Amino acid sequence: MTDRYSALSLFKEGLRGHKGWKQAWRSPEPQSHYDVIIIGGGGHGLATAYYLAKVHGIRRVAVLEKGWIGGGNTGRNTTTIRSNYFYPESVALYDFSLKLYEGLSKELNYNIMLSQRGVATVAHSDAEMEISARIVNAMQINGTDAELMTRDQIIAKAPLLNQSNTARYPIFGGVWQGRAGVARHDAVAWGYARAADRLGVDIIQGCEVSGFLIEGGRCAGVETSRGTIRADRVGLAVAGHSSVVAEKAGFKLPLHIYTLQAMVSEPVKPCLDTVLLYPGTGTYVSQSDKGEMIIGGGIDRVPSYAQRGNPPVQETVIAGLLEMFPSFGQLKMLRQWGGIVDVTPDSSPLIGPSPLPGLYLNCGWGTGGFKAIPAGGYLLAHLLATGDHHPISRPFDLDRFERCRLIDEAAGSGIAH
Amino acid sequence: MQLFTCPFCGPRAETEFFYGAEAGKTRPEPASDVKAEAWAAYLHTNANPKGATREIWLHQTCGEFFLMERDTVTHDVVQSVSLRGDAA
Amino acid sequence: MTARRVGEIGERRPISFQFDGRRLQGLEGDTIASALLANDVRVIGRSFKYHRPRGIYGAGVEDPNGLVDVTLSGKTSPNVRATTEKLVDGMVVRAGNADPGAETDRHGFIDRLAQFIPAGFYYKTFMWPDWHLFEPRIRAMAGLGRLDPTHEPPADSPQINERCDVLVIGAGPAGLTAARAASRAGKRVILVDDQTQPGGSLLYRDVTLEGIQGADWAQSVGAELSGAGQRVLTNSTAYGVYQHNLACVWERRLGQSDALWQIRAGQIILATGAIERPLVFPDNDRPGVMSAEAALVFLKRHGLLVGQKIVLATNNTRTDDGIDALRKAGAEVRVADRRSGAEITGVEGKSGVTAVWINGERVIADCLLVSSGFSPTVHLYAQATGKLRYDEQTAALVPAKPVSGLAVIGAANGTFDLGPSLAEAHAAGGGSGDVPIIDWAYAPYAIEAVWPVTGAKGRQWIDFQNDVTVKDIELAARENYRSVEHLKRYTTLGMATDQGKTSNLNGLATMAAITGRSIDATGTTTYRPPYVPVPLKIIAGRRRGELYNPVKRLVLEPQHRDAGAVFREYGGWLRPAYYGTGADQREIQREARIARETVALLDGSPLGKIEVFGPQAGAVLDFNSYNTISTLKPGRLRYGFMLTESGVIYDDGVVAKVSDTHYIVSCSSGHVDGVLMPLEEWRQDRFNPAEVVIHNSTPQWATLTATGPRARDLVARLELGVDLDDVSLPHMAFVEATFAGGPARLARVSFTGDRSYEVSVPSLAAPDLFTQMRALLAEFGGCLLGSEALLLLRAEKGYIIAGKDTDGTTIPADLGINGPRDKRRDEFVGKRSLFTENAQRTDRQQLVGLTVHSAEPLPTGAHAVELADGKRRSIGFVTSSYFSPVLNRPIALGLIERGLARLGEDIMLYHLGKTLRATISDPCAFDRDGGRLNA
Repeated sequence: MTDRYSALSLFKEGLRGHKGWKQAWRSPEPQSHYDVIIIGGGGHGLATAYYLAKVHGIRRVAVLEKGWIGGGNTGRNTTTIRSNYFYPESVALYDFSLKLYEGLSKELNYNIMLSQRGVATVAHSDAEMEISARIVNAMQINGTDAELMTRDQIIAKAPLLNQSNTARYPIFGGVWQGRAGVARHDAVAWGYARAADRLGVDIIQGCEVSGFLIEGGRCAGVETSRGTIRADRVGLAVAGHSSVVAEKAGFKLPLHIYTLQAMVSEPVKPCLDTVLLYPGTGTYVSQSDKGEMIIGGGIDRVPSYAQRGNPPVQETVIAGLLEMFPSFGQLKMLRQWGGIVDVTPDSSPLIGPSPLPGLYLNCGWGTGGFKAIPAGGYLLAHLLATGDHHPISRPFDLDRFERCRLIDEAAGSGIAH
Repeated sequence: MQLFTCPFCGPRAETEFFYGAEAGKTRPEPASDVKAEAWAAYLHTNANPKGATREIWLHQTCGEFFLMERDTVTHDVVQSVSLRGDAA
Repeated sequence: MTARRVGEIGERRPISFQFDGRRLQGLEGDTIASALLANDVRVIGRSFKYHRPRGIYGAGVEDPNGLVDVTLSGKTSPNVRATTEKLVDGMVVRAGNADPGAETDRHGFIDRLAQFIPAGFYYKTFMWPDWHLFEPRIRAMAGLGRLDPTHEPPADSPQINERCDVLVIGAGPAGLTAARAASRAGKRVILVDDQTQPGGSLLYRDVTLEGIQGADWAQSVGAELSGAGQRVLTNSTAYGVYQHNLACVWERRLGQSDALWQIRAGQIILATGAIERPLVFPDNDRPGVMSAEAALVFLKRHGLLVGQKIVLATNNTRTDDGIDALRKAGAEVRVADRRSGAEITGVEGKSGVTAVWINGERVIADCLLVSSGFSPTVHLYAQATGKLRYDEQTAALVPAKPVSGLAVIGAANGTFDLGPSLAEAHAAGGGSGDVPIIDWAYAPYAIEAVWPVTGAKGRQWIDFQNDVTVKDIELAARENYRSVEHLKRYTTLGMATDQGKTSNLNGLATMAAITGRSIDATGTTTYRPPYVPVPLKIIAGRRRGELYNPVKRLVLEPQHRDAGAVFREYGGWLRPAYYGTGADQREIQREARIARETVALLDGSPLGKIEVFGPQAGAVLDFNSYNTISTLKPGRLRYGFMLTESGVIYDDGVVAKVSDTHYIVSCSSGHVDGVLMPLEEWRQDRFNPAEVVIHNSTPQWATLTATGPRARDLVARLELGVDLDDVSLPHMAFVEATFAGGPARLARVSFTGDRSYEVSVPSLAAPDLFTQMRALLAEFGGCLLGSEALLLLRAEKGYIIAGKDTDGTTIPADLGINGPRDKRRDEFVGKRSLFTENAQRTDRQQLVGLTVHSAEPLPTGAHAVELADGKRRSIGFVTSSYFSPVLNRPIALGLIERGLARLGEDIMLYHLGKTLRATISDPCAFDRDGGRLNA
């Protein structure tokens, strides 16, 4: 069987009809006991399993996924990866993630197509340019790359932008992060799954957790649609369903659950080379390597688990896009969908021990979980392996709410996630 | 576009409404007696039920807050209830 | 290729157009596809991945191949669907995904590499040395059509909201029957169909209903509906069913811009018919392989016989009438029926079918028509959370259970025979009496399911546009991408612009067969809106420019424009930034200087005016304010903060007590809604709403503020009927006055540090007041004051702008204001949060002044930094910075860690790689003892 991916192996397999490729991951029956169980087979859960095995040598690990891996927010986001944050705690977290992303294709031997085509956050007024300067300075001081761009520089990056001075949201300049970009979202889940599988991790799809096994006040495993599975430690990485699972473990979380819509246009030949964000409209857009415009915007502020789109938000997002790029009025919407986002009061994630001993949390990424997959996995793995925080995850513990030590990027930078 | 029902104005487009909070939260007081955990729970914690839920909504066009029972999965709206003691 | 026009329809006007540089002629009523076929154009584009030649497969929205770029009046639109776009005189059509043309595409060679680039090949390579090296070349291959950079479609699509009792989607025989029954039952009905006229399959199948020929019957039912006042929307595609029975419909309108209908229906009846599936065999993607039903549509609706020597491969009875019709039109038709064992084993002809292999026999042919049965068009049902089940007898995925408010009828429900279909339709429409009687000469629907088989020689296409073959599905299964969603994402099956209308079931049946699972167990991918690609333009409607998010405008805007104002947006309001034609800094400095010297006039109308009435007015305000308000004397003002429950300063402002039962809250112009909301919330939740009323009167009053040493002299000349001496009207006092016989309000409050008077009059009286005050200004040597100079003046005094000089973490203690926190015993919003561990940190950022010793102001947004272990650490930032004309030096405000305890300390600042220095100082840089308030 061919396991290693390379141009040569692809060529060789091509000569024999691709009959020799090994499974990307096995579909094993669940065992009765694991060292660690991770609930949720999205990017964060799979990355956690991979780092547990790779970094900590813990290989008796199961990832339990109620549907198919990568089927939640990992497979329904706008694929943007960036670390353009204001607070040092956030930069430490997201830049760590970006750095892991930068080496990920080679590390996993799976091309996740990280395309560092840069992200521009456009400023629409002198006042917003001042805020942009505040952010750029913070990013530079915190050790990540950032540039304050002039109007001309922004336009050079995306010549199709609405350059009118009388536009509702004129271009004054903006924040540029060149290392930011996009990646192929499914590939991140699949790449981690394959690499984790090779290290012995059991990826169990179609396995829904229905309850927790609690012994002596401690989490001792989980009840699932495929029977009871015991474990020494359990990690929770189910994003939008965190509150639902937390309820089974007997606690509530500081989260709101909303729908975030995204949509793609029909594919056209390349005409947009960066990721663009207009804070004035909330619309962001990039063009995929397939040619589709990937379009996102604000959340739909109705608590919901329905994963359905909704015309009012759609209209705002699309109208915002045409405000940015009037020529995109030629395009058609091909597909739209909704994800369930778990938003914390400060829009920063929750990583750390849960109120139930033995159960550890990774949630609250809101609309920005995709870019954090490697870090989220790495940090949860660290917690599960050591029982303790990695220094990067410490500020993101659940206890910050009691201590009122929120890490509120919107508050500090004036820019929502 | 969902249809929500204001107990005062009747069914209206969802864009006229603003989500307030889960119903049943009581503001802990007086401040001097409120533990940090209780205050944090009041400010931030939610049950986020998947399915039937009771929520406080504001109908922005008439300015009234009211209780709405609905379903977070099917989006069925069960009923809207006035929060006013004197309402029918 | 020998497609030709046959005399099925009458005389039609010729239309000239171009394709790939060739001048061609079509006929009125043609689609681009029918016109191209009539001109013997077989290859109309290339597939996405392998650049295989592609020809027309279908006759409607299901066609995966016919995507072209169309130029009309010099404007190009990409990815136009040839099978649904009406041909227009002068159209310039360019082949999709082909360069320079469909026949001559330079990337055609890629197909020869196909064996090395199967599904998902890119996940396995291009990693070394780096993806960034390969990506540009891969990316250059992306996309189908080309965007025209000069084509900026106007924002002119209307959005129309409509309601009805019954919305029927699809005006075929079932939809018409349902709509007529509902109409006759007295319901308000809307009927939507994507064709130019009602009829659906009646327009090409030979059926008689109620004794009338099908197409005529359709026309009469349509007329009956219109006559009854019901709305019949043709050329309209229902593309989405959203929550609470809202259907979105895209109406294509000739000669005017397309419209979006948002229709809220009591009941939605889906009569959307079914889509014919392709048979899958080696080289089944050749141009000239076409849906059998599409051939019938081209024949009956466009008078076009698609081939002369036709092979028709089928597995069902629904091709029977088509075979007769094609023969009658003069074609030679060889039928290869799977039910009698005839199997297609190969197709020849790169640019068009030349021969077909049937069970090893080579048959010369110019066209191969295929039918593998029909897939109900269940997209809208599935969008509305409907679930599907596989029906063995019809080999189709059909609705499994009802969805509330939604009925699926006819072929869309898997009821393929017209008789039962109409019975279903009649019942769904609430019809009474008899179901329409039909006369149909052919056998009832019967099918022998034929699914793709693995192991065949050659490539068998499942998804024509995205080039997904049976081998790709085998590969996905081999690599364990077996979930249908993994299959879709890994192979891109069904992700093309047709969204899998012809490929989905073939694909998942293939996966089911490979994995030994049933089709039901294999499942389907989620059907997502839109049913067809929908122009972004109609979704956005008219929301462009100012209509995207309207700015608030001053009642005096014309007067300010006359006075030479340059406008900018502040907190959602369009306000004069400064006046005059000089460089902005120059004009701003001039205004600020004159304001300090004599008097200046500012339009302060956007300042919030929230009136609180009633016996509990004071209590509501006390609870919502950091400072106690109710202890004010009537006629006096108090400055204070409004906090969030997190203790953070949301807004600052001044409250006037008119009487014990009437207060006016003057909040920041951009925060009116945000202040109103919690006031109203607590009014209803905590107080007796019968004893307090809150009213936002901001738009009803205009406010003009005179500020400066001569402000009183100017206001005195207005004859407001009040004493202006400092005893009657001291600083922070309020009085009701009159102006020109109407009401006026006069408040003595200052945001500049100079003596200031806010004169408020009803908005209608504002022009009069402005004219008078402006005339007086000239007399006193004063000037109009824009927002920029005001920002400067208040910064000289260290007065904050909430949200600029505070951020989402600033609490009153950070401004050195601890009185209410320490002294108030009663509850107020945010109180508990002022006692948290975080609120009591000693290293909080506090508001201070920053003094520099050069002529250049600090850049706003620069950070104050400390060096720790050789690394910079931010300890705060500059929030406001200006050159002060009165002080003749720069001033600045900033939030700096422990700032209030560090007055006089020098600090280092960082801005875009440069290091700067400043001294921490008191925020107030001018007139610290406040003497000018009464000067």
